[in-house]
Amino acid sequence: MAIGVKVVVRPDKEISYLRATLKGMAITFRHLLQKKFTMQYPEQIAEAEWSLSPRWRGTHRMLTDEQGRAKCVACGLCPQICPANCIKLVPGEDEHGFRYPLIYEIDEFRCVFCGYCQEVCPEEAIHVGVHYENAEYERERFVYDLERLCAQTHPVSSLWDPSDPRGE
Amino acid sequence: MTPELKGYLLVTGIKVTILFAVLFLMIAFVTWMERRVAAWIQNRIGPNRVGPFGLLQPIADGLKNFVKEELLPGQADRTLFILAPAMAFVPSLLLFAVIPWASPLPLAFDFTLPLVGRFVHAGEVPMMVADLPIGFLFILAMSSLSVYGIVFAGWSSGNKYSFLGGLRSSAQMVSYEIALGMSLIALLLVAGNVRLTAIVALQQEWTWLILPLTLGFLLFAISALAENNRLPFDLPEAEGELVGGYHTEYSSMRFAMFFLAEYGALITMSALMATFFFGGWDIPFTTWDDGEPTVLKTLVTLGAFLAKTFFFIFCYIWIRWTLPRFRFDQLMALGWKVMLPVALAYIMIVATAVWAFDTMGLTLGGAYALAMFGLNMVLLVLLLWGIDRNRIIWGQRLQREGRA
Repeated sequence: MAIGVKVVVRPDKEISYLRATLKGMAITFRHLLQKKFTMQYPEQIAEAEWSLSPRWRGTHRMLTDEQGRAKCVACGLCPQICPANCIKLVPGEDEHGFRYPLIYEIDEFRCVFCGYCQEVCPEEAIHVGVHYENAEYERERFVYDLERLCAQTHPVSSLWDPSDPRGE
Repeated sequence: MTPELKGYLLVTGIKVTILFAVLFLMIAFVTWMERRVAAWIQNRIGPNRVGPFGLLQPIADGLKNFVKEELLPGQADRTLFILAPAMAFVPSLLLFAVIPWASPLPLAFDFTLPLVGRFVHAGEVPMMVADLPIGFLFILAMSSLSVYGIVFAGWSSGNKYSFLGGLRSSAQMVSYEIALGMSLIALLLVAGNVRLTAIVALQQEWTWLILPLTLGFLLFAISALAENNRLPFDLPEAEGELVGGYHTEYSSMRFAMFFLAEYGALITMSALMATFFFGGWDIPFTTWDDGEPTVLKTLVTLGAFLAKTFFFIFCYIWIRWTLPRFRFDQLMALGWKVMLPVALAYIMIVATAVWAFDTMGLTLGGAYALAMFGLNMVLLVLLLWGIDRNRIIWGQRLQREGRA
């Protein structure tokens, strides 16, 4: 016998082809009448007890301060760590010497949704969001600018906490 | 042309048109039904978006197929490649011409149209396109033709997977054709007629032939599965192994033609099972549908016929989504080593029984049917015992003994 071939010795009872067939037919017929598990996506999404994980990493959201300005201080850490090189940041400085982003754009097509930008952000400004309905009619619309990132309202990801790996 | 002939041609033309249209609608409905039943068996819902309950889904699919690009592979044999879908499609529709689908319709008219003249029709219109005296011989001949479509498709594609699919199908369909014909010979021995209307009439007077020919029905049903390339015998297609088998290289409406052919054959075979063994359009336990034909009777018997046909279609779908595919050698072994000998033995036993009952002076009646039914039950138990002792679909026992 060839090496690594496992020969399953079956009892004679199981060899009955007919019985197995009838059994299978009975099983499929039972399933025919059972409850269906399909969720009718846009209609039933509310009533189906179904939600995204709080760790879900979706399209980004920029948090804002009390005055409605982006929390970002244009430190440049997120474009530095981004593995997909999808963040474009041009820093600026105001009259008080505070740094702020002149241009902050994220190309959601290039993004691999690793969540490093959120992890690295010292100001907790940029976040990945718990969100997935992102359809657009044009490719250009997938480059989110600062205004759009600030205008997002979906919840932000909690990411994975190494001290609490199971989320408890 | 006499007015009577013109009337006859008019009626036949209308029947052909209606049958054609209804058959296409039924094919569309059956594709929908297959997807819904498959979904239900897998605890899903299935297509339910296009139209009420998703019933317009086949139309959307058809539309999609019409607007898709038709591809012609560079290696393909052009003529055969284009011819093949039609070759598969036409026989499966032709079969329905000889199946009676309802009790005759009383129809009398006598009118004159300008230019074309007078049309006269009196009496009954048989609810079938052609009441051929050769009946199911025509069916056997035509259903054999459908293999050419698949073989041509496989050969002309210039693709090894298609070629394998075509080869498999020719081997398979030729082998099971024999068992199919043999199982009908037993029916012929009992019914004494090949004309389908006569077979239906016999079942109306006597009993549904499923009782005296249970085993014949079983053989016919299994062969019909193989003949239609349905799972568990869908080796010509075998999408897991052969990409798509004979229709790998086909696209758009040419591809859809194979599907129409497949589902057309499915409907036809189900209708044939209903006609041969389940009384055709006969309504059981009542003699109301036997007497003088009326329009109401035609409609009700049509309903009965459709109900029986769709029951078998459902069984086909149910089997498809339950059983896994055979291996090719198992398929051939089942065809040649089981189905054929069993069918041959069955013919001999039925012939002997018919001869014995005739010499005993037993006429077609309750006792005759019961005796035949008893005989069939005994044979069925014997056959099932044979299967259960693993002498039919072998494999594991041989493996164990050979390698121990």
